[in-house]
Amino acid sequence: MHEMSLCEGVLQILQTEAEKQGFQRVKTVWLEIGELASVEIEAMRFSFEVVMKNTLAESAQLNIIHKPGVAWCMQCEKTVTVKQRFDECPDCGGYQLQITGGDEMKIKELEVE
Amino acid sequence: MCTVCGCGEGESRIEGKHTHHEHDHTHGETDHHYGHGPAYAHAPGMSQSHMVQIEQNILSKNDEYARANRQAFAEKGILTLNLVSSPGSGKTSLLTRTLQDLTEEIPMAVIEGDQETSRDADRIRETGVKAVQINTGKGCHLDAHQVGHAVEHLSLQQGSVLMIENVGNLVCPAAFDLGEAAKVAILSVTEGEDKPIKYPDMFHAADILLLNKIDLLPYLDFNVEQCIDYARRVNPGIQVFKISAKTGEGLQDWYQWIRLSLQTRLLGHANRASEAVAKTMTD
Repeated sequence: MHEMSLCEGVLQILQTEAEKQGFQRVKTVWLEIGELASVEIEAMRFSFEVVMKNTLAESAQLNIIHKPGVAWCMQCEKTVTVKQRFDECPDCGGYQLQITGGDEMKIKELEVE
Repeated sequence: MCTVCGCGEGESRIEGKHTHHEHDHTHGETDHHYGHGPAYAHAPGMSQSHMVQIEQNILSKNDEYARANRQAFAEKGILTLNLVSSPGSGKTSLLTRTLQDLTEEIPMAVIEGDQETSRDADRIRETGVKAVQINTGKGCHLDAHQVGHAVEHLSLQQGSVLMIENVGNLVCPAAFDLGEAAKVAILSVTEGEDKPIKYPDMFHAADILLLNKIDLLPYLDFNVEQCIDYARRVNPGIQVFKISAKTGEGLQDWYQWIRLSLQTRLLGHANRASEAVAKTMTD
C-alpha cells in the first residue's frame, strides 16, 4: 500500500513549507493525481486521514484534481487520451505512443492559516 | 477504499468492473466538484486563512535522497542495479548465482529488501559477499532514504557492482527511485506471459527484463514471444535476456551486460578509477 508512503511524503513537504512560509495549520490540500500515476484515490484519502492525525494538517480537507492520461501518437502525429500505459491509439490502433502527461503526483496548492 | 465498510470505490476492479454498491452511510462529501473551493475563488477578505501555491512533486523527498545516492555512486564509479519482481521469480537464486560467478572478477555488494527476516541476506553472505538486510515492516517497497543508510554499512569500493534486491512486489517499487543505474525486472516462465501488461508500470520503468527458469519451458505453455511482445508494448526499449539461474543457460549475456555497463561508468572517471577499469578490462 504505497499510498501510505505517499501521504508521509505529503506531510514532510507540508512541514518543510510551514517552516519556510510561516503558517501553523493546513486546512485544505489540493493534490494533482494523474490517471497513469498508479495511485489508488480512495486508499490515498484513507491514508491521508491516518497520516495527518496529530500533525499541523489534522482534519485537513483533501481535494484531488484528476488529470487524464495523454500520449503523443507518432503515427497519427497528434495527442490522444489513454486510460492505461499499454493502451493502443484510439484512432489508428497502433502502439507507437509516447506518454506525455497523466503520470503526475503533485501537491498543487494549500489553504493555510 | 471506504473506511466504514472497507469496500473499494476507486480504481480497484473485480473482473474489470468498478466495485460500486448501495451505501446507507455517506462518504463525507456531497460536493464532488473540486473547483468550488477557495483555491479557485480567490475571494478577498477570506478570514485569516490564505492560499499557498507549492507545486511540489509528492515524491520529491524520495527523489532528493535518490539524487544524493546516484551522485555518491557516480563519484565512486559504482554500478547500482535495482532488482524487482514478484515473489518467487527466483530473484535471490539468480543473485547468488551471479555473485558466485562474478565475485572473482568484480567487487560486489548486496542490499536485501524484505518485509521481514534476514533469510535472504544470510543466503547472500554464504557466498562470501557483503550484504545488508533492510526489513521494511509495513512497507511494500524500498525507498532511497533506506538505501542511503544501508550503503553506509557496506564501505563500497570503487568500481564495484551494488545489487539491490527490492521487496517482491510488481506495483509499488516502480514509483520509488533508489538512485540506481538501471532497474532489472525478473519474470519467471512459471508466471503468466501477460505479466508485463498486467503490471505495466513496473515493466515500463525497467531497463532490463530477465526471463528466468527457461529450463522449465518444455513443461509449460508459456509463450516466450508473446511475453516479449507484451513487454515491448509497454516499454519499446526494454532489453530482454532469456536465462536459467539453475542451469546457467543465457547467463553469459547477462554477465557481459554487467561488465560492459560497469566499464561504461568507470570510463567517465578516467583519473580516479583507471586502475579499476584496467582490472575489469584485462580480467
